[in-house]
Amino acid sequence: MAVTDDRVPAGSSPTGEAGYGPAALAAAEGLAPESSQLGDVWRRFRHNRLALVGMGVVAVEVLAAALAPLITFSNPTTNNTTLGPTGPSLTHWFGTDLLGRDIYARVVYGARVSLKVGILALVIALVIGLVVGALAGFYGGVLDGLLMRITDVFLAFPYIVAAIVLIVVIGRGLNTVILVLGLLGWMPFARLFRSSILQIKELEYIEAARAVGCSDARIIVRHMLPNAIQPVVVYGTIFVGTAVLSEAALSFLGVGALEPTPAWGLMVAQGKSFMSTIPGMLFFPGAAIFLTVMAFVFMGDGLRDALDPKLR
Amino acid sequence: MGGYILRRALLVIPVVVGAVTLLFAAFLVTGDPVETIAGGQRAVSATTRAQIIHKYGLDEPSYVRYGRYIGRLVRGDLGDSYKQGRSVNDILRQDAPASLRLAIWAIILEILIGIAAGVIAAVRRYSFLDALTTVSTTMVVAIPVFVLGYLFQYVFGILPNKQNLGSWARFPVQGIGPNHWFLFIPLGNQWKFLLFPALTLASVSTAVVARMTRSTMLEVMKADYMRTAAAKGLTKNAIILKHGLKNAMIPVVTLIGLDLATLIGSAVITETVFNWPGMGSEIARAAVSLDAPVVLGLTTLLVVAYVVINLLVDLSYAFFDPRIRYGGAEAR
Repeated sequence: MAVTDDRVPAGSSPTGEAGYGPAALAAAEGLAPESSQLGDVWRRFRHNRLALVGMGVVAVEVLAAALAPLITFSNPTTNNTTLGPTGPSLTHWFGTDLLGRDIYARVVYGARVSLKVGILALVIALVIGLVVGALAGFYGGVLDGLLMRITDVFLAFPYIVAAIVLIVVIGRGLNTVILVLGLLGWMPFARLFRSSILQIKELEYIEAARAVGCSDARIIVRHMLPNAIQPVVVYGTIFVGTAVLSEAALSFLGVGALEPTPAWGLMVAQGKSFMSTIPGMLFFPGAAIFLTVMAFVFMGDGLRDALDPKLR
Repeated sequence: MGGYILRRALLVIPVVVGAVTLLFAAFLVTGDPVETIAGGQRAVSATTRAQIIHKYGLDEPSYVRYGRYIGRLVRGDLGDSYKQGRSVNDILRQDAPASLRLAIWAIILEILIGIAAGVIAAVRRYSFLDALTTVSTTMVVAIPVFVLGYLFQYVFGILPNKQNLGSWARFPVQGIGPNHWFLFIPLGNQWKFLLFPALTLASVSTAVVARMTRSTMLEVMKADYMRTAAAKGLTKNAIILKHGLKNAMIPVVTLIGLDLATLIGSAVITETVFNWPGMGSEIARAAVSLDAPVVLGLTTLLVVAYVVINLLVDLSYAFFDPRIRYGGAEAR
């Protein structure tokens, strides 16, 4: 996912238009043999085994989320109270929960919930972070000082505790979790983008863009963003994993997703009473969280090494 | 230096005031506290409603309530719980020792295990132990704290029972147990109740400390003074411990201080998983039951503690690393 999202100017023409479309995709898939920057990144990424494993797990999960109705055999929210909680069996691979719902189906559908939370929270955090970082880095001065102090205040809250407070205020539910994770997660994006902008602000091509009369917004979006985005892409990949983890923790504590949403954290909380008799009820969704988070962390690490080989 | 300390310390005030104001404003707009206080009954009678409103001063304009809250806060009064029929100060007196004891042991484990693993991984780079450290630190960061807690409970609490192992192998996995302490040192078999909650709480930070120690150790081992130490004939252990570790510790010490936010967040989850009667599980419970004064009071306290410790860590840079100067413009 993040590889094609990556806006590294891959052999881009002077207008900056070409290079993101089919050509970049082709390079990413190794179809274009000529050396482009994106192709180099992909070549380095490909040699990192852990990163490939991470990308594989994420790909499997995206597929599972997309094809959930095709690869499961029962509805994740249909109760079967005559059945009740059971261990793994041939009809119910991961067993059934307290209400007789198929845990395998709930884990597969849970991928939809987790990916939705991770990606939407990323979008919110990214938008706020990039705007704050751009304003602070580009204009500097008093605005910079003010925005960075606000960033400090937000960083002063212990994350989970702040999320709990905000969710209680706004009202429980999955949408609230997405909003809160975005609202509490933008600070590193702002800092990363700000420092990238500070580095490239004085370079010639920015001066050239200004000389030909580009507006501030155009300079930031068309000239600075593509060249300052690398650390943001790396952190963004890891952010999705962190968001999945935080959503699971909040759902586990009872302030996240609500019944009957098949959220992994909620399933762990429900499984804890059956830990001694049916441990799978807790550990199947637990393993799903673990694999997802690890996949995104591996992918982020791989991207960092591939984008900037000097950092290794 | 003195000017820097003063400016840095003054910065704490807006952060704390901002945090308290945000928290208070948040709870001002949350639902109808009368129903929460009355215990969620459908219809609260008019007389009960009036009594509750009078007792908690809910009919006053919000700025008066805010002023009152700040006034009481300054005098160290955190208000009354909506649900528990006692003051937040009472709750705090009961919860804080349990939380502090758990946190102290988590930090001790984090330092011992994290630094040891990091040093071994760096000294024996690319060995099996190094790979093991890298893989296990990644896994620990990715495994949810609550799943790790239940894993400990299952392996050390439930499985030994199922296998009929002797009492030596069985760990109690819920609650604080006999609660016998000398200050923060567990007495009798208290340590059996403490071990796994502390390990769970320490897990994420231990991984971070181990990675940080490994990379700074690798950095330090390339330094000239390490070669000098080897050239003058010191033993390998002396070089690593006296010259290497001492210099590698600067960023690690900082990290341990700054990592407090992770610890506080993990504490909420860990204490819930193990039914540990501390501030973290109290906040989680109060949040679910909408007990605003408890959440507000305990969160405020945590934010203040966090900000103050961050300040101390920032200032300690200068003492650990004399190369750092706090000039006028360069300071942040």
